[in-house]
Amino acid sequence: MRETVVASPMLFRVASFDTPVVNLTVDGRSIQARRGESVLAAMLSHGGHVRRHEHGGAPRASFCLMGACQDCWVWIGAGERARACTTPVADGMEVSTSPTVHGG
Amino acid sequence: MARVVVIGAGPAGIAAAEVLSRASVEVAVIDEAPRAGGQYHRAPAPGLALDMRRLLGTGYAAYETFHNDAASVCSRVDYRPGTLAWGVHGGAVHLASRGAAKALGYDALVLATGATDRIMPVPGWTLPGVFTLGGAQALLKDQGCLIGRRVVVCGSSPLLYLAAVQYLRAGGEIAAVIDTTRFADKLRALPDMLAAPRVLRDGLHHMAALKRRGVRIIHGATIDAFEGEERVGAVVCTPPNRMPLRIACDAVAYGHGLRPETQLAELAGCALRFDAAQRTHVPETDLDGRAGQGVYVAGDGGTIGGGQAAAVSGRLAAAAALSDLGATTNDVDLEAGRRMLQRLRRFQRGLATAFRWPGERAGQLDDAVILCRCENVTMGEVRAAIALEDGAAEVNRIKAATRCGMGRCQGRFCGPGLAEVAAISAQHPGSERDRLRVQAPIKPLPIALAEDVVP
Repeated sequence: MRETVVASPMLFRVASFDTPVVNLTVDGRSIQARRGESVLAAMLSHGGHVRRHEHGGAPRASFCLMGACQDCWVWIGAGERARACTTPVADGMEVSTSPTVHGG
Repeated sequence: MARVVVIGAGPAGIAAAEVLSRASVEVAVIDEAPRAGGQYHRAPAPGLALDMRRLLGTGYAAYETFHNDAASVCSRVDYRPGTLAWGVHGGAVHLASRGAAKALGYDALVLATGATDRIMPVPGWTLPGVFTLGGAQALLKDQGCLIGRRVVVCGSSPLLYLAAVQYLRAGGEIAAVIDTTRFADKLRALPDMLAAPRVLRDGLHHMAALKRRGVRIIHGATIDAFEGEERVGAVVCTPPNRMPLRIACDAVAYGHGLRPETQLAELAGCALRFDAAQRTHVPETDLDGRAGQGVYVAGDGGTIGGGQAAAVSGRLAAAAALSDLGATTNDVDLEAGRRMLQRLRRFQRGLATAFRWPGERAGQLDDAVILCRCENVTMGEVRAAIALEDGAAEVNRIKAATRCGMGRCQGRFCGPGLAEVAAISAQHPGSERDRLRVQAPIKPLPIALAEDVVP
């Protein structure tokens, strides 16, 4: 199931990064972030969830935001798994929210 | 030279490392985060223009002192940020960092692993927009983001009021603070809370600040549900002797205090005991933090007490480790530290009364409520498994039967609720709770690493 992150942004940014812009894709959709942002912050600044649950498909947008609940695992590039809340964005990063879409 | 390994670079770990770094031992500090601070002193990501002085208010001085100390300590020891300690086995800590696995032997191990939010499941708690209370603060401090524009802060914890104040200072809107403990219980707890007058004063100050800003504070309410389809849109709660209220919001910060991260202590062979005041399992230690042969526990990973107590217990644990290794230190005022931690035990009784863990809620939740968010296991599935065991099932058996607690978080978030369901079914409302056993790795490892780490 191809699931794109399209919804109103979850997060409300109240302080900005004075770092270079990085370009990444989430399920093939281009988004911009700043160096220093977590993959999770970047995803939830552009959409309303991080993934669909593997049992039942309900949307999830992570929970603990500190690397404990493990509810924000995504795929980076050609199948490497990463926890979005503790992984910083990088230029050219290709994020997939389900294993079937990695690599485009 | 003997090697002491400290796990965690929050207030307890840095305080321990500070003492150790001035003794003739080799010191390694392992921290999963990229920057020292833990949750309590979490610092912004590099390049984030967040005014921490404004955000923390009177708490800024302690934050600044910590980070100055941490920078100095980390430059003097073998500091390894971005490194997960995923297991303890055979006198060594097992580490994973940037795709590489290593074992690090120790002569003494100081565990300063901190705590995470304690959660009682409630209908809708897995909806996007519902985050832990600690997470809501972490995201603000680390990433400069609020979890939403109009936030309900709820559960029962002194951090409810702190988080709400910080969100207001940062420019957010607080739709309401819903504290599930009655105000009368807060008054009842006052004598014990006076054991930590500074913490009490800060809490009252935050409540007053919220009232001045017109924030609605509801005491003693039951949280009925977080409502929404693709995202949370409201919290439904029932204040005492009133009709249910529906409070519109676009995000929820939720938590019932903290539960210690005891996984590494358990793997290191420390005994855990059920603490009746805190209603959770903690490593069995003496007052200095000795938890087993060569293993010491400090900070919230042992006993929930907040940042100041964590630093004191970190110094005591370091002094105990040095003394047991035959190295001496004159830097630590042991008696003053022990007196402070004893006062803290009294304060904790107060905290547990003023911010009650609502264990009985587990018995009232509908069968359809998700208990285990990793594996999507419902209350009904867990109750059915317990019924098959004639109503008295140990939680690790329930885990095996239902997969509740078997997912990636290893029961960190469903464990407390599961223990209550099991106790209610076994009709043991007042007694000790069961505990899910831990397994290494305590957090998921990348698959590429798995071949390197098989012991």
